[in-house]
Amino acid sequence: MTTFQTSVRVQPAGVDTPSLWARLRTNRNWVALWFMLPAAAFLILFLAYPLGLGVWMSFTDERIGRRGIFIGLENYQWLWDDSIFWLSVFNTLLYTIVASAIKFAIGLYLALLLNRHMPFKAMIRSIVLIPFIVPTVLSAIAFWWIYDSQFSIISWSLIKLGLIDHNINFLGDSSWARGSVIFANIWRGVPFVAITLLAGLQTVSPSLYEAATLDGATNWQRFRFITYPLLTPIIAVVMTFSVLFTFTDFQLIWALTRGGPVNATHLMATLSYQRGIISGRLGEGAAIATAMIPFLVAAIAISWFGMQRRKWQQGSNND
Amino acid sequence: MSHFTTDRRSLLKGGGSLLAVAAAMTSEQLLGYAKAWAQSAPWKPEAGAKINLLRWKRFVEAEDTAFMKIVDAFQKATGVTVNVSNESYDDLQPKASVAANTGQGLDIVWGLYSLPFLFPSKCVDMTDVAEYVGKKGGGWSKSGEDYGKLDGKWIGVPVAATGALVNYRVAAMEKAGHKEFPKDLGGFADLVKGLNKNGTPAGMALGHASGDANTWLHWALWAHGGNLIDKNNKVIVNSPETAKALEYVKGLYDNFIPGTASWNDSSNNKAFLAGQLHMTVNGISIYVTAKKENPQIAADMNHAHLPAGVDGKTKEMNLGFPILVFNFTKFPQACKAFTAFMLDPEQLNPWVESAQGYLSPFLLGFNKNPIWTADPKNTPYRDVAETSLTPAGIGQMGENAAAAIADFVVVDMFANYCTGREDVKTAMASAERSAKRIFR
Repeated sequence: MTTFQTSVRVQPAGVDTPSLWARLRTNRNWVALWFMLPAAAFLILFLAYPLGLGVWMSFTDERIGRRGIFIGLENYQWLWDDSIFWLSVFNTLLYTIVASAIKFAIGLYLALLLNRHMPFKAMIRSIVLIPFIVPTVLSAIAFWWIYDSQFSIISWSLIKLGLIDHNINFLGDSSWARGSVIFANIWRGVPFVAITLLAGLQTVSPSLYEAATLDGATNWQRFRFITYPLLTPIIAVVMTFSVLFTFTDFQLIWALTRGGPVNATHLMATLSYQRGIISGRLGEGAAIATAMIPFLVAAIAISWFGMQRRKWQQGSNND
Repeated sequence: MSHFTTDRRSLLKGGGSLLAVAAAMTSEQLLGYAKAWAQSAPWKPEAGAKINLLRWKRFVEAEDTAFMKIVDAFQKATGVTVNVSNESYDDLQPKASVAANTGQGLDIVWGLYSLPFLFPSKCVDMTDVAEYVGKKGGGWSKSGEDYGKLDGKWIGVPVAATGALVNYRVAAMEKAGHKEFPKDLGGFADLVKGLNKNGTPAGMALGHASGDANTWLHWALWAHGGNLIDKNNKVIVNSPETAKALEYVKGLYDNFIPGTASWNDSSNNKAFLAGQLHMTVNGISIYVTAKKENPQIAADMNHAHLPAGVDGKTKEMNLGFPILVFNFTKFPQACKAFTAFMLDPEQLNPWVESAQGYLSPFLLGFNKNPIWTADPKNTPYRDVAETSLTPAGIGQMGENAAAAIADFVVVDMFANYCTGREDVKTAMASAERSAKRIFR
């Protein structure tokens, strides 16, 4: 009764011009905003703020334990003429491109193999994940022993087999060192690519293959015209992540070489750490880290715009 | 040495016997001593004080045990809680830096090299502690003062150094035609060459090894009269003297065991103990391990100071271990009391002894510790404080010199030339450029 009376009394005003509050209360977007707030606050506090702070720091000459003053682009000007910085950019690109390409090739091949029917399928699939599960630092230490200049198991085996007569200088020679760290990264990264692509493969309906087989399609044709097109969206996602992880890799290099020999394996991330934290020059370290952002944005942009296109999503030509 | 007395007992009264007493002190006696010490010490820990202490991870196990004994006695005597955490050489500094920058987490850091100089504005003035322990411990060596003082103020207390001296196999040296360890640069180079010819090579780190690479490469630079900075901290690395040092080290590198450009701080220890490496520059830790695990190598090895430079003087860089207290600690008195207690002769002597030569104190009174003469192979490590320069060389120790060491400016210069990545001129020019950026 009371309720009825109240609503009746309010109605004349409410029907014509509902108050702002009343309108807000029923507005779904307004409610949604509140629901998003905790997540947004979390992101701003732990992602946007540190990122902004880092970018700001790159315009100052801050050192550890001491506030910096604004010096404009001075850090960037210095880096522009710094051969070690450019070497690290080259190393990072080489590392990312070579490692990602090989990880994709091996990962796809492995996914196709694992997608077949075979005994102990579940067990084999989980074994494949092992390199991915082992903490990076642990696997890096294992590789450090494998690559040791005196005690390498590889050198030892080859010497015992009589194939070589002295130890391979895995981490002491520029080219060997680059190859070695890339190999270690591939070993770690393949399971992620393989398992994700395997998940993608399993969403492909078997009826498509059956139809294709009836039409007399070869193995290659079935892969090229059914598997590959249906797999593209997931390939785009996996490779974006793979490229991002590889580009920002730090632990593996730091545990294996610390950027040596003579900076031949210094990535932008490790150089930034060495200059910013170890040597105490936060401003310069932040500038190197900030210089990574354009590369990362480019990598994300490529896959993002790619995924917008129907051709990528469905493999047809009509976009 | 007349200052070298303690309040309660005189160490002069036959250093050896007293040390034996100190070493044999039961935990009860130690506690009694610690209580009496706490009564008389000028620093009174705050009530309910809790200290977080970070130290480098030990290389000699007995040293760590002795250290924890000191911590334990201090805790019981004063009621202060001391949390000790360990980090490896390479991880210690970043952790300390983060604490310095955020202003929390740690109260005391016992670190490496010139750690307090990386963030001098965050360090408590330790002048009173340094003078107190200096008086008790026989006075500070010159290098001790250089390692601790900034503008006349002690920002850290250098506890000890670990000598980066030559470790060599005696038989291999003799086979290479040297009856005695060479005392000049020419003889040293000849020895390295001879060792290589006999298939018993030498090897010293040229990688980013904060201890092993920095120490001997700075010696090589200084021995030829080269310097990164002059007395006024002006960069002078691009010089004919540096060029000579580069040529000299290249000559050594060409005769080293392969792989030294990738070595970190533990690589030479492993190779030496496996009998593959016959000469290197290191602390005494190889010998200490060998005595326990590989007596044949221990019997056949010995230590020596690096040879004198062209001016006839031995200038080495050894790895200093300074202790610092952060100025954001809530318990500065407790931290100071602990530092003073740690460096008290009654504590430091047994500790130095248990370290078996790994710790060479900067306080001159501890040269008398029997550990240095009990085994003649330990003796070279006694004089580390006297042959040491700070990482600044002839310049003033400060945050810039600390940054240059941490950024491997000198190491990279040598490695760039030795591995053939750059020629002499370019290597010096790149080092000059990096150094000028740091010392601007």
